[in-house]
Amino acid sequence: MWKEQKEFDCIVVGGGPAGSTFARVAAEGGLSVLLLEKDRDIGVPVRCGEAVSDAGLRIFHEPDPRWIASTINRIRLIAPNETVVEFDLQQKGYILDRRIFDYDLAEYASSAGAQIVTKAYVDDIIIENDRVVGVKGTHVGERFEKRAKIVVGADGVESRVGRWAGLKTTVKLKNMECGFQKTVTGIDVDEHMFEFYLSKKWAPGGYLWVFPKGKNKANIGVAISGYYAKDGKSAQKFLDEFLAWKYPKASVLTTVVGGIPIDKTVKQMVMDGLMLVGDAAHTVNPVTGGGIVPGMRSGLLAAETAVKALHNGGPARKNLAAYEKEWHKIGGKNHERFYRIKETIFRFTDDDLNRIADGISAVPTDDRSLLKLFSIAVRKKPSLLFDVIRVFAGL
Amino acid sequence: MIEIAENKCDFCGCCVGVCPVNCIEVKEAEISVDHDICIDCDICVYVCPIEVLSQTDPRKSSKAAA
Ligand SMILES: Cc1cc2nc3c(=O)[nH]c(=O)nc-3n(C[C@H](O)[C@H](O)[C@H](O)COP(=O)(O)OP(=O)(O)OC[C@H]3O[C@@H](n4cnc5c(N)ncnc54)[C@H](O)[C@@H]3O)c2cc1C
Repeated sequence: MWKEQKEFDCIVVGGGPAGSTFARVAAEGGLSVLLLEKDRDIGVPVRCGEAVSDAGLRIFHEPDPRWIASTINRIRLIAPNETVVEFDLQQKGYILDRRIFDYDLAEYASSAGAQIVTKAYVDDIIIENDRVVGVKGTHVGERFEKRAKIVVGADGVESRVGRWAGLKTTVKLKNMECGFQKTVTGIDVDEHMFEFYLSKKWAPGGYLWVFPKGKNKANIGVAISGYYAKDGKSAQKFLDEFLAWKYPKASVLTTVVGGIPIDKTVKQMVMDGLMLVGDAAHTVNPVTGGGIVPGMRSGLLAAETAVKALHNGGPARKNLAAYEKEWHKIGGKNHERFYRIKETIFRFTDDDLNRIADGISAVPTDDRSLLKLFSIAVRKKPSLLFDVIRVFAGL
Repeated sequence: MIEIAENKCDFCGCCVGVCPVNCIEVKEAEISVDHDICIDCDICVYVCPIEVLSQTDPRKSSKAAA
């Protein structure tokens, strides 16, 4: 059907959480939507640690048990000197199975009336009179051209849609987290615990995570800043060293490679006939690297704006700019604060981290309220730790 | 010149995200660099999580120099 149709209200490039959420909400709002995904399978390959908070997920959907590999209620931060700081998450978190989750999000979009096409690679946009009016690409070896009132760049970390239109979406080297993860089994982990290793040794400019998917299985991954990757040791090497040390007997079920843009959200998220959502717009939380919920949130806000604009006024930048404003109002301010926190953590030495962790571990576990941690963190000077923990807890 | 070990590549697009001149293209299972546009800044070499990209000109590569 999409082959015959020449024009759509919206064409979404990319079928991740941001694109599927946009497609669903826009279709529910009565717009005709075409979603184009280059891969043969929505949600595969998974390029993610798959951690989300219950509260974040609930903004959009009642969590479906099929999505959830494990439920998390505690968090453990491990300092460079292996001091362990552990406390209750004051809310639930999950490790998802994104293959199922992303599939369902796409299915919701389809049920709402959006058309989804896989194996459809977009390689250019069509610009007329300084307005974006469509896309060009290849579907299973055949060229296509489709027109749309609004083209939505939901094409992830590798986004080119915005760049073709002249928007500045290149990620700065130091703000690209280079990620490598293995889903391993044959190990023994606490199935309700998020574990984060914070150390230049394991993950310079980032962190190393152990996210359980049951008692004997976990996503174990590392993200290092491009700034440190420059020294020549790749994310893969960091992770393999860690696994050899900590879980030498682990069997590897899946290997995941991917970049996480922890840059500020792009200044300009829209132009005439174009909107950017998700990783393509740099919506990832710069402290945690969590991008699922922020991406979905941006997809939702953008689609609400698109529905209003197309029912009333048209796709001019001035009508789409409400999305930009809304994002900066809801997520943006936090996002800028998180970015500043990230910049500060970036400057922490391993000694700073050890000192903070030692201070906190002196407090009895049952007395570890956030307030108490806060006062210690303040005494130990980098008062930001409190923020950090809170941000991690909320992912 | 940037060289790609294509059989190692996972097609994650990390390199595309940082390329300042937008000269890298990653499809579902294909990667290519447009050498006419490439400025040999080597940023893609640094960020690749699994060391797929390399700089063949030793004078330009800080990794090779180090
Ligand atoms: C190693 C790693 C671990 C992570 N861990 C977490 C975590 O634990 N929690 C969390 O919340 N976030 C995590 N993230 C971040 C999270 O995965 C992303 O922020 C999220 O997937 C972004 O969603 P999106 O829809 O914007 O983009 P994506 O999910 O990347 O989707 C973009 C889609 O666009 C498609 N596409 C790209 N270009 C084209 C084109 N030209 N034509 C057609 N289709 C195209 C791609 O194939 C892809 O399917 C992690 C990321 C990595 C790499």
